Amino acid sequence: MKVFEEIGGYFQLMERVFSKPERPRIYWHQLVLEIEKLGLRSIGIVAVISVFMGGIITLQLTYNMSNPLMPTYIIGLGNRDTLILEFSCTVLSLMLAGKVGSNIASEIGSMRVTEQIDSLELMGVNSASFLILPKTIAVLFISPILFVFSVFCGIIGGLIAGPVSGVVTIADYMGGIKTSFVPFFVTFSIIKTMVFGFLIATVPAYMGYYVQGGALEVGRASTRSVVSTSILILFFDLILTQLLFK
Amino acid sequence: MIEIKNINKSFENRPILKDVTTLFEKGKTNLIIGQSGSGKTVLLKSIVRLIEVDSGEILFDGRDIRLMSFRDLQQLRQEMGMVFQGGALFDSLSVAENVRFPMDMFTTMSAAEKARHVDFCLDRVNIKGAHKLFPSEISGGMRKRVAIARAIALNPRYLFCDEPNSGLDPVTSILIDNLIHEITEEFNITTLVNTHDMNSVMEIGDNILFISGGEKGWEGNNTQILFTRNKKLNEFVFASPFSKRIRDLKQREDDE
Ligand SMILES: Nc1ncnc2c1ncn2[C@@H]1O[C@H](COP(=O)(O)OP(=O)(O)OP(=O)(O)O)[C@@H](O)[C@H]1O
Ligand SMILES: [Mg+2]
Repeated sequence: MKVFEEIGGYFQLMERVFSKPERPRIYWHQLVLEIEKLGLRSIGIVAVISVFMGGIITLQLTYNMSNPLMPTYIIGLGNRDTLILEFSCTVLSLMLAGKVGSNIASEIGSMRVTEQIDSLELMGVNSASFLILPKTIAVLFISPILFVFSVFCGIIGGLIAGPVSGVVTIADYMGGIKTSFVPFFVTFSIIKTMVFGFLIATVPAYMGYYVQGGALEVGRASTRSVVSTSILILFFDLILTQLLFK
Repeated sequence: MIEIKNINKSFENRPILKDVTTLFEKGKTNLIIGQSGSGKTVLLKSIVRLIEVDSGEILFDGRDIRLMSFRDLQQLRQEMGMVFQGGALFDSLSVAENVRFPMDMFTTMSAAEKARHVDFCLDRVNIKGAHKLFPSEISGGMRKRVAIARAIALNPRYLFCDEPNSGLDPVTSILIDNLIHEITEEFNITTLVNTHDMNSVMEIGDNILFISGGEKGWEGNNTQILFTRNKKLNEFVFASPFSKRIRDLKQREDDE
C-alpha cells in the first residue's frame, strides 16, 4: 500500500516539476550551476574508476580465457563491449546514484527542514520546479557525456594494464577495440544512461522534498534515496535490456 | 484585511487550532500572542496555506485562499512577505542575493536598481557591510533582520512575521518593532506578527489576538490589555513580578 502511495506522490511531484517555468532566464542560470555542481565535479571520480575498471576487465578477460586458440583481439573487444554495455552505464550510474543522488536528497531535504522550501512557496515560486527541474535537466545532459568519457577512460585503462602486464600487445589490443563494433550498443547504452540519469535526479529529489523532521531525517532520506535509486536502476536495466534487445 | 472564520486544525487527531475566528485589519500591526506551543506558528502557516486547515474560511480581502487553484495561490503569494521563525534564508545565496532573490524572480528591475533597493532594504534593518556574507557566517539576530529585509523587498500587501525579534537584544528588538510598525502604516499593509515579547505588545499592539491552547482567548488592543479581567491572559501578560508592579502602578495612575 505504502509503495503505491509513494509512486502516486512521486508522479504528483513530477507534474509540478514539469509545469511551465515562470522565469526561464533564472532557470538557465540554475541549470548552469547544477551542471557544474553535479557534472563537472563528478568527472574526476568517473575517470579514476573507469581507468581502473578498464584495466581490471582487461586482465580478468585474459586470465579467465587463457585458451591458446582464442584470438587475442577478443581482449580489446571484450573490454570495449563490457564497458559500453554494462560498466559505463549501469555500474557508473549506480555509483552516481551514490554521489549525485545523496547530494540532491540532502540538499533539498535540508532546504525543506529549514523552511527554505516554504519560503520559496510563500514568495509565489513553484519550488518543486525551481529546485528539481534544473537538477534533472543537468543530470540528463551530463549522463551521456560521462558515459562516453567513461568508455574512453576504460579503454585507456585496458591499454595501460594489458601491455604493462604483458598479456596483450598494444597492437592486438587496439585491433580488438576496432573489431566488430556495434553502434547499436552505444545507442542502447545512451538510452539507458538517460533513463538512469532521470532516476538519479528525481527519486532523491522526491525523497528530499518530502522530508519531515530535522537533520537526522535528512540523513536518513539521503541513505534511503540511494538504496531506492540503485534498486530502480537495476530494475530498469532489466526491463530495458529485455525491451531493446528483443 | 484578512478574515478568518472558524478554522480548525488537528495533527493526528490532536486538535491544535479550535474554531478560531478573527479579523486582521489593514494598516495595523496585528499581534498574535500566546505561550510557546499554543499554536501561533500553526495559525500563521494555516493562514498562508502552508498548512491546510481541516475546516473554516480564510479570506484575503474577500478572496478565500483555501479555494484557490495552484496558479491563483502563486499569484496571491506574490503579494505576501513572510519572516519565518528560523529565518529560512537561502543557504546557498549571500545576504545581498537573498534580499535580491524576490526581485530577480518577479521584477524587471535593472541590476543597478536591484542593487540600490537591496541596499535600501538592508539599511532599514540596520545591516551594513554584510552583503557578501553567507547566512552561515552571520549571527542569528542578523539572519532574522536579513529575513525581514527580504520579506519587505517587494512591498508586500500582507506581511507575516513569526517572532521577528526573538533572539534579538532589546535595542534591536525595538528597532525591528518600529520598522514593522512604520512600514505597516506607511504602505497600508495587513501585518500579522507572532510574538511573546510583552514589550512589542505594549509598543505596537494595535490589535492583539491571544491564543491559548489553540483557542481564541482574548482580543483587543494594547490599552485594553492592561485592564483585562481575563484570567489566562493576565497570567500570561503579567507573568513576571516586574510587569505586575508596572500594571498596578499604571492602574492606580489611571484610577486617580
Ligand atoms: N507538523 C506538525 N505535526 C504535528 N504536530 C505539530 C506540527 N506542527 C506543530 N505541531 C504541534 O502544534 C502545537 C503548536 O505548535 P506551534 O509551533 O504553533 O506553537 P507556537 O505557538 O508557535 O510556539 P512557539 O512560541 O514556541 O513558537 C505544538 O504542540 C506542536 O507539537
Ligand atoms: Mg512558533
